[in-house]
Amino acid sequence: MKVREVLGRSDYALISELIPQGSRVLDLGCGDGALLAFLQEHKGVQGRGIEIRPELVQAAVTRGVSVYQGDVESSLSEYPDAAFDCVILSQTVQETRRPLQVLTQMLRIGRHAIIAFPNFGHWRVRFSHLVSGRAPRTPLFPHAWHDSPNIHFLTVLDFEELVRAQGWGIERRFFLSGHKRVETLANLRAEIAVYMLRNH
Amino acid sequence: MITETQVARFPELALDSGETLREVQVAYEGYGTLNEKKSNAILILHAFTGDAHAGGVDHDGKPGWWANMIGPGKAFDTDHYYVLCANVLGGCRGTTGPSSPDPATGKPYGMNFPVITIGDMVRLQHMLVESLGIRRLLAVVGGSMGGMQALEWAVSFPDAVFSSIPIAATARHSAQQIAFDEVGRQAILADPDFNGGDFYDGKAPARGLAVARMVGHITYMSDESMREKFGRRLRGREEFSFGFDVDFEVESYLRYRGSQFVGRFDANSYLYITKAMDYFDLTAGHPSLAASLERAHCKFLVISFTSDWLYPSYQSLEIVNALRSRNHDVTYCELTSNYGHDAFLVDVGEQTGILRGFLARCLREAEAAK
Repeated sequence: MKVREVLGRSDYALISELIPQGSRVLDLGCGDGALLAFLQEHKGVQGRGIEIRPELVQAAVTRGVSVYQGDVESSLSEYPDAAFDCVILSQTVQETRRPLQVLTQMLRIGRHAIIAFPNFGHWRVRFSHLVSGRAPRTPLFPHAWHDSPNIHFLTVLDFEELVRAQGWGIERRFFLSGHKRVETLANLRAEIAVYMLRNH
Repeated sequence: MITETQVARFPELALDSGETLREVQVAYEGYGTLNEKKSNAILILHAFTGDAHAGGVDHDGKPGWWANMIGPGKAFDTDHYYVLCANVLGGCRGTTGPSSPDPATGKPYGMNFPVITIGDMVRLQHMLVESLGIRRLLAVVGGSMGGMQALEWAVSFPDAVFSSIPIAATARHSAQQIAFDEVGRQAILADPDFNGGDFYDGKAPARGLAVARMVGHITYMSDESMREKFGRRLRGREEFSFGFDVDFEVESYLRYRGSQFVGRFDANSYLYITKAMDYFDLTAGHPSLAASLERAHCKFLVISFTSDWLYPSYQSLEIVNALRSRNHDVTYCELTSNYGHDAFLVDVGEQTGILRGFLARCLREAEAAK
């Protein structure tokens, strides 16, 4: 399940809040370019995207977004250091094969990285697993185990542990349940976590 | 849209070879209206055997080679842009080439025509654009050899282009591309009618030129498009002839294409232009492609096609990755098509949306940057 599909346009407002006016933004897995087009219009950003599905690349270019058609994981190494102010991964860290490599590259080519992911520690996931004895299926993780795009399940605690271990800094974080902010017991109550990281 | 080919004349053109060409003329066509600020001009760059007649229909009712892309509501929308296309230097469709009269003798140059480069073609186009009072083109765009020119424009005249759109192109010919060109050249050179390039008073080397074109046509299609179009179907017969007449549909098609080509193309232009393509190497004199692109500061849109084996996607990706390593604004799309290299001419549906979106952004940003 894509974070963006769950949040609808409300993650635009959220991500928009994190992104300074006029900054250089790279959106990984940018889909049809809707977020970048939104940021170009409302925040005056210089937007670029990476997307692998040809029909989405075409839709994004048609709406005036600069997109590179390619695989996110294998194409980040081409960019020079600090090429962008913000690199966004708003959908797919749990779908990448090597999440640590992707995150490391994001913080090399961007001064800030914005990552949003579905929290596998949410109580509904835990409950589903406990009661059914099967791979959890919830509104946020609706797929059967054999056709899920999600290959790395992570929780808020897992992510923060990695961030600490890598010595990255957390600049901002938001937790969401539905469209509402969660302020306490995030690992249990948040469906979606959004982090803004910096590299040191 | 009835179009008119116009001619611009220049006293001389300095060439990369060190030679100077005198009394040079350029055939060109324009569609749409150049705005007051002269900021909405797009230069279309034709492929190897193309000409200035890119859009509309001419007086004989012949549509331009990219008429499906040029016009109101099309990819190059003449309601918004002034679209320009010129025959290349070395060509035989109105611009100075080996079949043009040498001012020193009054006779066709033939093989006395100096060897030309893609850079020379672009320098002449730049003279034309300047003579029209256009200081900066909104876009330079072309497929195949046209794409090589679009790249050359970006590095040779960086201040004169806002965007460059190479389609199904390369920064340099591979051994395979040079090899196919050489087969074409050898077919022409081996024709006894070639006569050292001096054939304008007699018979043209039609057989050699036709064979060259047949080879070319094979490289422009794909295995799949040939299977779809011809398969193993026989031409006008139920059984094999057990001879060397035309048996298969594909043989008939190639012979037809070859003989048709002879009527409209000059064998010497074939030699000179293929050589210019083979010599083209954007990296020449630079340690890397990325380094050679340092001179460019326009936006790029690079397009390739899945079934194009003559100019495969990896060649477009080389350009795109070199640009990305410089953090250059580059858009890249690989379009799905069965038509092989010909896709850029015939598969215009998806190209149209992409080009319209990209050009609209360029126009917006070019205006905002002022």
